[in-house]
Amino acid sequence: MAELSYREAIARGIAQEMRRDENVVFLGEDVAAAGGVFKGTVGLLEEFGPKRVRDTPISEQAILGAAMGAAMTGLRPVAEIMFSDFFAVCWDIVVNEIAKSRYMTNGQVSFPLVIRSGNGGGLRFGAQHSQSVESWAMAVPGLKVVVPSSPVDVVGLLAASIRDPDPVIFLEAKALYPTKGEVPEGDVPDELGRAKVLRRGDDATLVAIGSMVPRAMKAAEQLATTGIDCTVVDVRSLVPLDTQTLLEEISRTGRLFTVEENPRLCGWGGELVSIVGEEIFYDLDGAPVRITTPHIPLPAADALEDMAIPSVERIAERVQKAMQE
Amino acid sequence: MSTAPPSTQAGTSEVHTTDRDTRVAMYRLLVELRYFEKRAYDLFLQNLVKGTSHLSLGQEAIAAAFGAAMRPGDHTFATYRGHAHTLARGVPMGPVLAELLGRENGLMAGKGGSMHLTSVEHGMMGSYAIIGAHLPIACGSAWSAQYRGTGAVSVAFFGDGTTNIGAFHEALNFAKIWDLPVVFVCENNLYMEYTAIKDVTAVEHPAADRAAAYGLEKIIVDGNDPDAMHTVATAALDRARAGAGPSLIEAKTYRHGGHSRADPAKYRPDAEVQEWLARDPLPMYRARLIADGVGEDELVAIEGATAQAVDEATEFAKAGATPGEDLLLKDVWSDGGWTWRN
Repeated sequence: MAELSYREAIARGIAQEMRRDENVVFLGEDVAAAGGVFKGTVGLLEEFGPKRVRDTPISEQAILGAAMGAAMTGLRPVAEIMFSDFFAVCWDIVVNEIAKSRYMTNGQVSFPLVIRSGNGGGLRFGAQHSQSVESWAMAVPGLKVVVPSSPVDVVGLLAASIRDPDPVIFLEAKALYPTKGEVPEGDVPDELGRAKVLRRGDDATLVAIGSMVPRAMKAAEQLATTGIDCTVVDVRSLVPLDTQTLLEEISRTGRLFTVEENPRLCGWGGELVSIVGEEIFYDLDGAPVRITTPHIPLPAADALEDMAIPSVERIAERVQKAMQE
Repeated sequence: MSTAPPSTQAGTSEVHTTDRDTRVAMYRLLVELRYFEKRAYDLFLQNLVKGTSHLSLGQEAIAAAFGAAMRPGDHTFATYRGHAHTLARGVPMGPVLAELLGRENGLMAGKGGSMHLTSVEHGMMGSYAIIGAHLPIACGSAWSAQYRGTGAVSVAFFGDGTTNIGAFHEALNFAKIWDLPVVFVCENNLYMEYTAIKDVTAVEHPAADRAAAYGLEKIIVDGNDPDAMHTVATAALDRARAGAGPSLIEAKTYRHGGHSRADPAKYRPDAEVQEWLARDPLPMYRARLIADGVGEDELVAIEGATAQAVDEATEFAKAGATPGEDLLLKDVWSDGGWTWRN
């Protein structure tokens, strides 16, 4: 067991898979010699050499097109899109090409590839380097969408994503890069489509992903002191979605609170609320509540960004208020 | 800018580097692509082909020459105007026609349609209907071949309109810096959809004039001359296979019809159309082969056999069943299913 930061866990996760399978290759902007702008890929070039770890130009369509063409002809590429905001300049390759081609060709091709990207706010980078795009990816048939919240999940879910035969959008919470956690040595067995119950309480169920998971956990600790005992579920994978665990945990408390960093409209929590409404409506003891960033582009100033993204205090207050209604 | 056809003359007997069998094989392909596209058009008129379709009538020499020059294992990436490139890799006509008709015996069981023809077993890695997208994808398959040392070359065909979209420029730079075994082939038919390419492009030769920006040789070829095309294609494929990196070829050609089935192509001057019809690659090449000593009987036999094959393909396609509901939710994922939740 070693203590690793979330950013160190990325290099560890990729390296383990590159050692295991020589068809795993890695490409992106500043990922090789520089070790990544967030230092998430330090040491990969040194260990695996320039044939497998490749710096690219600032050409997101070329990066993802190359990953797609390589995946359909036998490699298992991991591609990095530095900031998830940049998906907007290569979304055609993701949505029209990678996601649709298996279906359109009646299963003739498959795309075992992973697209990693730094996602979300907290770094005061302003509206074009801070948004949460998991809902974009989730809306596209043919993409799996994974959002780890801890170093151990980074390693385990990266391995599961790279070994998966289908395209995975792997969204790393930028705000969590410096956070640390214990990671066992060697292979960390994990699977896509399995949510984790991080804490059990009988009064309310908080459901979160990525950077919102530690905040939901802290809010749950605060709420416990006021007599509200919360379950916290880390969804981890939006597609495939572990509805079984989610519905069980929501039914058990009768109250659902989603904690979402994304802007309000069409956030993943909206889909979850809809599933809950259709399938376990009569198990609910109160209206589901979505705690989200307001439907705005993210501001740069620290004071404003902190007001926008759900904070521990906002989560705790909102839960408390709803539980008293 | 001149839209005059390149100067190669029909019927002249030159010394060709391409051997006799290959030239006859190219003629066979020209005839197959021509007859197939004509049949596809007839089937639109009968409303048997639904949706849209983009024909290569007039542009067949490019696909035929590359089809003859490429090796099994090489990878083709085409656009929505991809019938000819699919057939040129040896994909049988029946399933292609059935795909156009939306039948279960289609190349992709009706799930892709005219614009997405794919047959991986023939090296036909897909027809892509978003302009420019397949150029970076071809770079990826070339990268894979380079990484694994397979010796395969990827070839991406695209229209003149593609030269004005970002993916074209990203792919050329990317291919050059990684020395990828990829050949980019611009089929310049003078029109991007309904608009003359010269009216919307900063340079005279939309692909070739950009080559220098990516450290590539400027290559312009008569896309209606199968021999010239074959010579250029072979050189580019050899170069890629030898590890010397990518090539960008601009082939001048002309489509006989409109952009798609909805387009009567009224925007083209009559004189220009007539000039290019006079340079139709099919009769031009036929006359040249005869002048070079190929017996007309042999060519007539090819034409007869192809006409019969097109009729048989048509019957095959028409006899295909309507796709069943079991196909609807199939093959989103590699496990064959579509499930997004448990």
